[in-house]
Amino acid sequence: MKLGAVADAGQAISAGRPGRRPVTERARAERRLAWMLCAPAVAVMALVAVYPIVYAIYLSFQRYDLRFPDDKSWVGIDNYTTILSSTDLWWQAFGITVLITVVSVAIELVLGMAVAIVMHRAIFGRGVIRTAVLVPYGIVTVAAAFSWQYAWTPGTGYLAGLLLSTSAPLTHQWQAVAIIILAEVWKTTPFMALLLLAGLSLVPEELLRAAKVDGATAWQRFWSVMVPVMKPAILVALLFRTLDAFRIFDNIYILTQGSQNTRSVSILNYDQLFTALNLGVGSAMSVLIFIATGFIAFAYIKGFGAAAPGQELKQ
Amino acid sequence: MPLGPGHPLPLDVVGDIEPDVWVCEHAVTLGGGAAAHIGRTTPLSDQGRCLRGEFPGKLRRGVSTGTPRSRGVRFGIALAALALATAAGCGNAASSSGPVTLNWYIFPEFSGAFVKSAASCSQASNGAYQIKIQTLPNAADGQRQQMVRRLAANDSSLDILGLDVTWTPEFAEAGWITPWPQDLAQKVEDGTLQSMVDTATWNHRLYSAPFNTNTQLLWYRKDLVPNPPKTWAQMIAMATALAKQGKPHYIEIQGAQYEGYTVWFNTLVNSAGGQIVSDDGRRVTLNHSAAMALNTIHALANSPAVDPSLANQMEDQTRLQFEAGRAAFELNYPYVYPSAKADVPDIFKNMAWTVYPTVKPGEPTHVTIGGIDLAVGAFSKHKQQAFDAIQCLRSPQNEIQNAVLGGLPPVLESVYSDPKFQKVYPMWKAIFDTLKQASVRPKTPAYQSVSLQISYTLSPPSSVSAKDLGTLRGRIEDAINSKGLVPGDCSRR
Repeated sequence: MKLGAVADAGQAISAGRPGRRPVTERARAERRLAWMLCAPAVAVMALVAVYPIVYAIYLSFQRYDLRFPDDKSWVGIDNYTTILSSTDLWWQAFGITVLITVVSVAIELVLGMAVAIVMHRAIFGRGVIRTAVLVPYGIVTVAAAFSWQYAWTPGTGYLAGLLLSTSAPLTHQWQAVAIIILAEVWKTTPFMALLLLAGLSLVPEELLRAAKVDGATAWQRFWSVMVPVMKPAILVALLFRTLDAFRIFDNIYILTQGSQNTRSVSILNYDQLFTALNLGVGSAMSVLIFIATGFIAFAYIKGFGAAAPGQELKQ
Repeated sequence: MPLGPGHPLPLDVVGDIEPDVWVCEHAVTLGGGAAAHIGRTTPLSDQGRCLRGEFPGKLRRGVSTGTPRSRGVRFGIALAALALATAAGCGNAASSSGPVTLNWYIFPEFSGAFVKSAASCSQASNGAYQIKIQTLPNAADGQRQQMVRRLAANDSSLDILGLDVTWTPEFAEAGWITPWPQDLAQKVEDGTLQSMVDTATWNHRLYSAPFNTNTQLLWYRKDLVPNPPKTWAQMIAMATALAKQGKPHYIEIQGAQYEGYTVWFNTLVNSAGGQIVSDDGRRVTLNHSAAMALNTIHALANSPAVDPSLANQMEDQTRLQFEAGRAAFELNYPYVYPSAKADVPDIFKNMAWTVYPTVKPGEPTHVTIGGIDLAVGAFSKHKQQAFDAIQCLRSPQNEIQNAVLGGLPPVLESVYSDPKFQKVYPMWKAIFDTLKQASVRPKTPAYQSVSLQISYTLSPPSSVSAKDLGTLRGRIEDAINSKGLVPGDCSRR
């Protein structure tokens, strides 16, 4: 298990903490070696992650439009005020993004847990069940989104006719948002289930039996025994999915292109960068999305407290 | 994106088949004195030169390069070859490295007209260049993005670019395309429709060469409308009267939130005597004529003449409504004519056309022009050859071929009097008259943002009024100054 490996590594490092014994020559040499071994990875990370982030922050304080290369200039926080004062576009997109994130992740968590339990408990055909569940996750999002789009288009699709209304559901805001959420849930529930399955296998069978002997109901065993033990796995699953859902792009890009006010912040950002070629405003918006995702991660770690991976080591 | 000139016409006209032609096969002496046969051929009209030994080779009967050509085409190609040979230094372009490859980025053209002209121009270049077509995505948005991404990275493999009429200012200001040298620019401008030259010009320099064009006409039902309307007011009144009689009466126009709506607004503003932005693209110039345009949209959208789904209508939806027999009028590109012929013969026999209605009685109407301009990439390593190739690609013969095979209206005025073109386009006169007075979409590098702001602010059409002018002005001003957010293009789906 990945989490276990991380924890082991953490313990290994903390075991070598200075203070109790003076650092030996050998320990120092090992630490040097460790840094040298890490260096290439750190350099690559700096190159592919740190540099673009810093560059985006740098661009976000400029008027920099590819179409007007001669008019490049520093504009302070103008780009940020432009974005944050745009109720009809930025805050609208932000609201839709939060809605899609909250609803889809909530449904995925419940469904994913159910699927995980089924996968965990399945006695025969385990391999087949696990593989079958993973199929939607294995399909390329864009391809899946296209099949949803056709399915919901009157004339070509089998789903459009199921609704009572005769018009195209993808051309109405709330119906379109519901379809986007459905596509997201269908696509990523297996991922959620897989992460939760890993958590489920952490729950010791004896603990559940002991609870059973003590007279705990099935619900109590689930809520009071399994869930607390699984907390780190749930946190990881929720964190990954929330961050992914907040940056939703491909499903919306194919399903509605952001029409009927169904655009997410990533779609809006894409429009600033690739349609308007406005690097200044676009970078400022990426920075804001980056801050939002950072805030989500922070909130989860804080909210889950001790259950967050790595936390138990400090206590 | 409106179905502009890139939209192929489903026409069944093909060029006439020519018998075999003579070709001159010649060996070229390379620097080292060794004679190498590189299989170059020279078209018929160079027979004389071949026989006289001007081309060191022997004459034989051969087959032309796949393209059925008329005598005129052959002659044109020969002329082009001659001109190119002169330009490329007496045709000695064939060095040991062979002809240079020119990448031509162009929208997908399904009739094969571009493949033919690329092949014939390559051949006529006498080994100076070989044009390789690089097909762009279907949607205009995707085409622009692909080229922009490459150009922003200084890609030297973009030699010839097929630009939508609205992109020249953007690509020119960004330094992505090369202005035409004065002498060549003069040649391009001569005989080319003035409005198309306008779309290709930025900061008083010609940055691209008009390649093909398109514009909208008013299509109407002869059985319902004996005398076509001259103005918008008349048209709305006629449609309202038809509605009262319970007859098909819709006026079909593009009112969805996308560029086609901007095209409609631009036509109305220009026909009312105004302009959306100044000629240099730096100022918003919306005035009382824009108010007139907004009032016209308001009048249509709130009259019995309006199709209830106006707010979702793009070119193809309007075409289908007309073909379904629900409309009396339709403002659309000429592709609707062969389409109706194939789909609905009953409607087709009553289908007639005339020029677009005016906003101000007695004033001419200025319909928005569409089309493709060809430019030379700023980072291309073969600019001279690219300029030569573009001139060949837009030769009268190739323009005719594009019109006959691909249904693309030409930009050369002379071609409109050609019987072959008139046969394909029975409405050629109305198109030509419209093009002579056509208007250009807002000329600014920020056109993409300006257009998005216009269609966004004026949606849905039913709520449009002259009061929107202030908001519209502010948003366009923001767009020009790269301020504000753009709403994105929602027509891609």
